[in-house]
Amino acid sequence: MTSLAFDLPRLLTTAPLLRARRLTKHYGAIPAVAGVDLDVYPGEVLGIVGESGSGKSTILRLLNLEEAPDTGDYTLTIDGYRGRNLFTLDRYDRRALRVRHIGIVYQNPLHGLRMHITSSGNVAERLIMAGERRFATLRNAARDALDASEFPLARMDDIPRRLSGGMQQRVQLAKAIALQPMVLLLDEPTTGLDVSVQALVLDTLKRIQRELHVATIIVSHDLGVIRTLADRVLVMRHGRVVEHGLTDQVLDDPQDAYTQQLVAAKL
Amino acid sequence: MPLLEVHNYTKRFHVHHLEREILAFEGLEFWLNPGEFMLVRGPNGVGKSTLLRCLYRTCIPTGGQALYDSLHGPGDLARAADVDIALLRRSEIGHVTQFLHPRPRVSALDLAAEPLALAGRMWEDARSEAAEWLEAFRLKRDIWHAYPATFSGGEQQKVNLVRALIRPQRLLLLDEPTASLDVTTRAALIERLRELKARGVALIGVFHHDSDVVGLVDRELRLA
Repeated sequence: MTSLAFDLPRLLTTAPLLRARRLTKHYGAIPAVAGVDLDVYPGEVLGIVGESGSGKSTILRLLNLEEAPDTGDYTLTIDGYRGRNLFTLDRYDRRALRVRHIGIVYQNPLHGLRMHITSSGNVAERLIMAGERRFATLRNAARDALDASEFPLARMDDIPRRLSGGMQQRVQLAKAIALQPMVLLLDEPTTGLDVSVQALVLDTLKRIQRELHVATIIVSHDLGVIRTLADRVLVMRHGRVVEHGLTDQVLDDPQDAYTQQLVAAKL
Repeated sequence: MPLLEVHNYTKRFHVHHLEREILAFEGLEFWLNPGEFMLVRGPNGVGKSTLLRCLYRTCIPTGGQALYDSLHGPGDLARAADVDIALLRRSEIGHVTQFLHPRPRVSALDLAAEPLALAGRMWEDARSEAAEWLEAFRLKRDIWHAYPATFSGGEQQKVNLVRALIRPQRLLLLDEPTASLDVTTRAALIERLRELKARGVALIGVFHHDSDVVGLVDRELRLA
């Protein structure tokens, strides 16, 4: 890693909410993620940038407990889970943790939504999984989450297939934040959207981040998105972190040769 | 201990594709007490802005120390952890740059109020204080709710100034803050800086018109 070795945190007394150490994942012989460490603090946004295939999305899938790593430790400072390596949870606990405390927005809405049930039903499903059964509560909670995501409520009973890409992303976001998670994972949430819709989604994300004070990790190719949303950033290449730092520092004074190329390539 | 004590501060940019290092400055020594104003002078390209950016840690210094006596404890700005620098930026150290980064769909008023909201103030309180600042810097009321991407350079700079000055600070880094301002707004800014200095805020500034701050300067650092 090219980043200079800085001191350990001494002034900030808060502990990281999310901590991952030595995350490693191979697909066959190919190392997708090779020994990645990361911390995210409450209310902080960590950006991950890097070329396609550098392991960014794999990290999100590992942290969403969708896939098991080859090796690695993953802890969240959340009551009931403190000090436990979350990769060792059984299926039941893993599902409970994901439903209650981790929200995710995928680049492709097909991965995050059921296309044949209504938008409000998609959001309500998350609450049903958390144990809620009263129709009125489900309906109101779905409406609130969709409203917070700036989804047009007149369309809440439409199926996602009939919605634009920007609206589908807002349904995913509503589903992700419906239970006010501690961790929000965003995988290229604005890729493929036209710039005005992208601006709307970015603004919504920024406001939700401010209001919920959630620990967020955002993966994006777009350095403008990262500059807008992220407090700190990791630069990945070939499954490894080649540089990390405060977002303005990494983008304005990149140290690593690859990061310098990446920043210089921005239009 | 002074608020800031800088020893042997050095910055070189390593440009990989040129396979060479470019020196910005080296061996700088200075200190600053609360309520003092240090003017940084020198011709273009001698590293004045880079020095401010190395103190704010937008750039990473390649040598030396910047010992800062934070309310959270002492620390070296050159080596402190990123999250510690982020904490200091939220609570103690401000940086006025020459350019605003407008965000799509965010009004001038909200952009100006945002740093205060992030520092923990209620959103409506933050907006109301931002309105007072925008008024003081004479940004036309008609455009407070417009998006600054289409503003003139001077109008954008007024929003930028409010963003930087609205938060409580102990150390304020000023990078040519008056460059695109008219005479009246320059005078309003200097008055605000005078008030901050009187309240004990330490200031380090690079000014296009040095004469603007002639009555505020306690010492000068000349780069060559």
